Amino acid sequence: MLEMFDVLALARAQFAFTVMFHIIFPAFSIGLASYLMVLEALWLKTDKDVYLKLFKYWRKIFAVAFGMGVVSGIVMSYQFGTNWSVFSDKAGPVIGPLMAYEVLTAFFLEAGFLGVMLFGMGRVSKKLHFLATVMVAVGTLISATWILSANSWMQTPAGFGINEAGQFIPENWFAIIFNPSFPYRLVHMVLAAYLTTALVVGAVGAWHLLRERENIEARTMFSMAMWMLAIVAPLQIFVGDAHGLNTLEHQPVKVMAMEGHFESHPEGAPLYLFGIPNEKEQKLDMAIGIPKLSSLILHHDLNAPMKGLDTVPDELQPPVGIVFWSFRIMVGLGMLMLLVGGISLFLRWRGKLYSTKFFHQMAVMMGPLGFVAVLAGWVTTEVGRQPYTVYGFLKTSDSLAPVEAPAVAVSLLAFIIVYFILFGFGTMYILKMMNRTPGQLAPLPSAPTRSAGTTQLASAASPKSDKE
Amino acid sequence: MFDLPTIWAFILALAIFIYVILDGFDLGIGILFPLLEKDSDRDLAMNSVAPVWDGNETWLVLGGGGLMAAFPLAYAVVLPALYMPFILMLLALVFRGVAFEFRWRDKAHEKIWDRSFFWGSLMATFCQGIVLGAFVQGIEVTGREYSGGWWDWLTPFSIMCGFALTAGYSLLGASWLVMKTEGELREKAYFCTRWAGVFTLAFVAIVSVWTPFLSPEIAERWFTFPHLMFVLPVPTMTAIIAALLAWGIIAKRDYVPFPSAIGLFSLCFVGLGIGMFPYIVPRAITVHDAAAPDVSLSFMLVGAVILVPLILSYTAYSYWVFRGKIDPEAGYH
Repeated sequence: MLEMFDVLALARAQFAFTVMFHIIFPAFSIGLASYLMVLEALWLKTDKDVYLKLFKYWRKIFAVAFGMGVVSGIVMSYQFGTNWSVFSDKAGPVIGPLMAYEVLTAFFLEAGFLGVMLFGMGRVSKKLHFLATVMVAVGTLISATWILSANSWMQTPAGFGINEAGQFIPENWFAIIFNPSFPYRLVHMVLAAYLTTALVVGAVGAWHLLRERENIEARTMFSMAMWMLAIVAPLQIFVGDAHGLNTLEHQPVKVMAMEGHFESHPEGAPLYLFGIPNEKEQKLDMAIGIPKLSSLILHHDLNAPMKGLDTVPDELQPPVGIVFWSFRIMVGLGMLMLLVGGISLFLRWRGKLYSTKFFHQMAVMMGPLGFVAVLAGWVTTEVGRQPYTVYGFLKTSDSLAPVEAPAVAVSLLAFIIVYFILFGFGTMYILKMMNRTPGQLAPLPSAPTRSAGTTQLASAASPKSDKE
Repeated sequence: MFDLPTIWAFILALAIFIYVILDGFDLGIGILFPLLEKDSDRDLAMNSVAPVWDGNETWLVLGGGGLMAAFPLAYAVVLPALYMPFILMLLALVFRGVAFEFRWRDKAHEKIWDRSFFWGSLMATFCQGIVLGAFVQGIEVTGREYSGGWWDWLTPFSIMCGFALTAGYSLLGASWLVMKTEGELREKAYFCTRWAGVFTLAFVAIVSVWTPFLSPEIAERWFTFPHLMFVLPVPTMTAIIAALLAWGIIAKRDYVPFPSAIGLFSLCFVGLGIGMFPYIVPRAITVHDAAAPDVSLSFMLVGAVILVPLILSYTAYSYWVFRGKIDPEAGYH
């Protein structure tokens, strides 16, 4: 029994680690692919050099991020089998086709046109090249659609029956794909990807504005990113709220954990701003809350009664501490994004968007926070649906593969070491590329002139010479 | 005969075959990387696959995702059984994949990424060979679960298959380079094609002799009537294609060795298929036992019928854009 628990904990750690590393890249490449599409469209429409330069600038960064997303994604498509084979056997008939459709409609589209987008300029017409960029961007969005449908089905399963072998058997594909939480989750995630990218692009623009206020490329990307933030941040808060209400309807226990509601509140529940969840004693220590606000937000009624975790058996509760805090981190960062978007509108109105140093510094610091918010959001929803993989029907502990603890432990360790080293390098290269002044076409500052003399010819003939 | 599970078995087999061919030549180029001593040759070799490798690897995702979708039971049994080689392969593919970009981003560490490309390609190939060998050899199943240990895959036969696939992918990679390059590099590619060809054919012979000894069932299938009727043409065709390959190398017909190599792979694949069907986990689970319910299979079939031809056509288009000998001046890096 103890042995079982160990394997379960290790397998969960492995999935959490590999999926958290993975989601960072799609969250960025979904937004960046759309941004590249917009830049190329603007270039084709206006013929302004600045858009082409920006397109090429971000395309390189996209290529590295996308590559890391691909290799870490392949790992995910096999993790279901290696570590969660019982889940795969049981939920495969429902989840499998959704993922197969993701591969058929999205992955091939992205991969097939990525080559043309990266290497095809000059080989195909401008219009065809733009089409390739559009296909890559559309591919990332289709991919998000299927995978969020699959994830949402696991959270709010619908449209299925169960056979004698314990397998989930599809009965209504429409009900499966458009399960109750899917639309909310999809919009929330795509907007999150756009926000994350806007924060990164904004930070890079701000970084270069701090160095060179007149740089036209830096100004353009900063301005575009700030528009995005100003428009999407409030929209995201609205969508997030709707998603929360949907969760309350279908996964009320998750909301109890998010809110830290250990106790039922028959006459209106408070909104806790701070507290330390104490799961042993089933109470929130050092709680600071605003009375009745939670009921107001979630039920639009100050006195609406709300049940607490005291109505849920302990073994069916998610780990409250993690969910409580990750939710607060996500919401807090959302509010911060709203603030930055608001300030940008104000500065723009006053004509000081490109000359306010403190705001540029702030934008630089905001750069990585979109990723933090995305991770916090996923932690909230994934930890919050424990102890189930298929909510209410299949427990996580019953989903595990018959693997042995040392195998899972060794592979987990290998993933941690390899991911940190390789993706550490990747992140470093991305930062290096971001450090290059946009609009300047010199090769990487780090690239030494090729070992002098001897390889002049080879170097001239080599595709390494930066040809932009 | 041609019910949904059978159709899906064919579609999946096709996907895996396409993967083996396409990523086979990418991985083969990685395996040959240390033999390309000149920096500019390495650049060219890598750029000859850079626009397409990502699409090639996607077939592996389809193989995994498709297996889970169409034959969830087989997926659930095979992956835990081959846990270590699969995880190693995935990690190796990470090393190989990042090298495509990282190599151009960091001149100071170029050698590191060359090594990462080589070792990643080699290990991924070797693990795929082991997976194949261990799979053919058989997997212990009780009820709906794998019931063996986590080292069961390690046998002389599976190790030999690892070497065999390494030779085979090297042949694909070398003959691809013959087709895509000119001058000195082309000469070197011919040299590699020759040796990889010799080793590949030797391994084909070894595997063909060894496999029937693994189980009487396979032997019976291969050597008795009426199966013999299907099996017999395979070695004959192999001999013909081997001759074609040899001629292509000797006469220096750039566009002959690569298709010949594909021909060899398809014959091996057909031989394997005849030995296995109707099992999806050899001698334990049949295609029909493992199949997802018809509602799942038919739902996916609609998509596959429309999308697979579409995918093949735009993939072909992408290859067409980058057709011919590779231009040393090309590249966006």
